[in-house]
Amino acid sequence: MNIDKKIADDLVANDVSFVTTVPCKQLAGVIEEVDKRDDIFHIPSNKEDEGMGLCAGAWMGGKRPAIIMQNTAIGVTINTLATLIQFYRMPLPMIISYRGELREPVACQVEMAVHTKALLAQLNIPTYHFHWQKDVEEFDNILKYTFMSNKPVAILTDANFWGGYGDQ
Amino acid sequence: MIRSEILKEIAPILRDQLVVCNIGIPSQELHAIDDQPSNFYMLGTMGLASSIGLGLALAQPKPVIVIDGDGSVLTNLGTLPTIGNNAPSNYILMIVDNGSYGSTGDQPTYTGAKTDLAGMARAAGCDNVVEVQDVDTSLALQSAIDSGEATVLVVKCDSGNAKMPVITMDPVVIRDRFMKAVAN
Repeated sequence: MNIDKKIADDLVANDVSFVTTVPCKQLAGVIEEVDKRDDIFHIPSNKEDEGMGLCAGAWMGGKRPAIIMQNTAIGVTINTLATLIQFYRMPLPMIISYRGELREPVACQVEMAVHTKALLAQLNIPTYHFHWQKDVEEFDNILKYTFMSNKPVAILTDANFWGGYGDQ
Repeated sequence: MIRSEILKEIAPILRDQLVVCNIGIPSQELHAIDDQPSNFYMLGTMGLASSIGLGLALAQPKPVIVIDGDGSVLTNLGTLPTIGNNAPSNYILMIVDNGSYGSTGDQPTYTGAKTDLAGMARAAGCDNVVEVQDVDTSLALQSAIDSGEATVLVVKCDSGNAKMPVITMDPVVIRDRFMKAVAN
């Protein structure tokens, strides 16, 4: 299974047509795939809170948005999640590379990994963790759940899900 | 002129447009001067008015006017390259540049010293950047709307706030009536 294609296919099938991204090495493939799709407008943002602002506007304009980012961005976006996305009740699927988990080569990434689920839980954000490639089968249901509930929803995708770091 | 005087003057222009208004006193002033369902008031999240407006302009064809401030743009400077590289023709970013953080007690920002927001917007790739003095705001805003081109309008004005009540409308109501105005 090509998980990059599967994620992009599910986005398109769920009418997600506005995607903003802040890159991560693990996410390079899915970002490239999203960029290729004619049915998705891809707009890179410079910081994840900026990206959430773009998504909020796109949703109010009638497009279903999504953001692709790294888990370190949870540290950047807590205020935006609480006072924009949650306060105004907006849906936002967040496809998040879960750095600092099993097979992580960079020690510093672990420092945010240990806080990631606790922060999401503190914010009452529904959170899913993709560890095996087959976990991606749930992505379609998660997108439907997000737009049903009008909430931000986190999909944490770790290094094992993406197939590790090669030689590192 | 201070911000509230500018907002009073441009209220007839804003009335028929989709407006995304900056957090704090700017939203309180606009709400008190001329509340409209087509106004999206930011109650939190300093800095993101320009980004919300850009997402909105990219998602639908109606003109979008963002009323932002120098302090808020400075806190989200990454917005300028995103605007410079992506802004559609229906996007107008009006930065009320009074050189101060109005909502927090008029502490000075760097635009009141050496920093030039219009120059930064141009360097970020924004093609149509216009800087005007407060008295010329109406004319410049109407010209930007009529031009049908993405515009960044920097309005230099005096620091100061009008005493207006806090917005108590529920955020979901603000958002829902705004989305209906967008869809109409």
